[in-house]
Amino acid sequence: MKEELTSNQAIRRKTIKAFLGFGVASFVPVGVWKWINSSPYVNNTLAPLRKVLEFNEKLTAKMLSNSHLAPIFSKSQAERKVRFNGAVGLQSPLEEDYKVKVESGEKKFEITINDLKALPKQEIVFEFKCIEGWSQIQHWGGVRFVDFMNHYQIGQKDAENLFEYVAMETPDGQYYVGVDTPSAVHPQTILAYEMNGKPLLKKHGSPLRLIIPVKYGYKSLKRVGVIKFSDERPKDYWASLGYDYFAGL
Amino acid sequence: MQKIIHKHSLAIRWFHWINFPLLFVMIWSGLLIYWANGIYKIQIGETLIFKFFPKGFYEFLGLSGQLAKGMAWHFATMWLFTINGILYVLYTIISGERRLILPTKNSFKEAWQVVLFDLGMSKISPPQDKYNAAQKIVYTLVIVMGFGSILTGWAIFRPVQISWLTSILGGYKAARIEHFMLTLGFCLFFLVHIVQVIKAGWKNFQSMITGFEKVD
Repeated sequence: MKEELTSNQAIRRKTIKAFLGFGVASFVPVGVWKWINSSPYVNNTLAPLRKVLEFNEKLTAKMLSNSHLAPIFSKSQAERKVRFNGAVGLQSPLEEDYKVKVESGEKKFEITINDLKALPKQEIVFEFKCIEGWSQIQHWGGVRFVDFMNHYQIGQKDAENLFEYVAMETPDGQYYVGVDTPSAVHPQTILAYEMNGKPLLKKHGSPLRLIIPVKYGYKSLKRVGVIKFSDERPKDYWASLGYDYFAGL
Repeated sequence: MQKIIHKHSLAIRWFHWINFPLLFVMIWSGLLIYWANGIYKIQIGETLIFKFFPKGFYEFLGLSGQLAKGMAWHFATMWLFTINGILYVLYTIISGERRLILPTKNSFKEAWQVVLFDLGMSKISPPQDKYNAAQKIVYTLVIVMGFGSILTGWAIFRPVQISWLTSILGGYKAARIEHFMLTLGFCLFFLVHIVQVIKAGWKNFQSMITGFEKVD
């Protein structure tokens, strides 16, 4: 450390200058704090913070590829008592002739559970992660979303491109999610009709739900009523309540 | 004429004081997130020793029911916290300041003398450069902890895309606990730091703002 000889007057001047500078500079974090907190809300999140969430999405969405897989566990590790956390969209009675409405560009049709069961079955045991912070190893079975798309020749906007988003809704329209298509066609994303080797329970989304291990649990919509491909960013239940839209893991 | 000693460079002072509000926001927003699944506790057998955290803690500090807000602040401020930390480390390497901070062979032995001396259990004043041995160890450790927080943070932020990191850290649940424990470590550091700064007196504190200290 350097030593210096100087006058008391010079020391006083330097000290006052430094403290003034410190005082003025400390208005910067206070100002930033106030500016952020007085900004308008975009989908229940302060606009500047929402911008950063969107930046994080752009940055990390590029990192995702079909070779980035959620770690897999053995069936014996799967939880028997699967945690139940949300019933939005499950309240209304289920129609007798349950069908899923599918829409992709000009194509519009309905499918039944049996139509899906005719496709190759895929099982997955992975650590389900809730945005609240808990996680649980769970065992699901169903049809890979990409197999479903290929079988019905849907999702294609034109010869080369897929639609950018998949929108899903419960039959009553009370719960809805939007998923970017790269995450939907990820090999671990499935339309599940089984849990622990048995048909889904009502509270876990019977007869059909989405299981998307590359996202927080709130994107794994229960009781699929509508599947629609589009380029427009679909509405999303929790994202509109202030949560991150991408919700990628 | 009066002798002064130039103690903290302008860069060091900036990094230090910028980190202060950033770390504060990280811990505050982290608590908003942790609240949503605040399950950690210390327990011996069936006996609960301490719950992180009692309900009154959240209520008193106004931390309940703001998960989305916490995540938005946490995942925005993390960039500034990371950038400031990286720049600080680069600065200490390039400027040579690291020589004053990094512990040496003798530091671990001397640090014990510092502890005894500071607790009033020993009269032997331990050697003091810019920093004494205990300071060197702790100031280095807290930087390592900062990078530990960044790594454990990313391991729980993107456990699929960076699953190799999450698995090195022992899995998703383990990484979340590590991230939490590091935060407790920062709080403990902060408490000791404040006590030591108060004990060291105004002249020492002032040098963190002016950069220099008068020598009597």
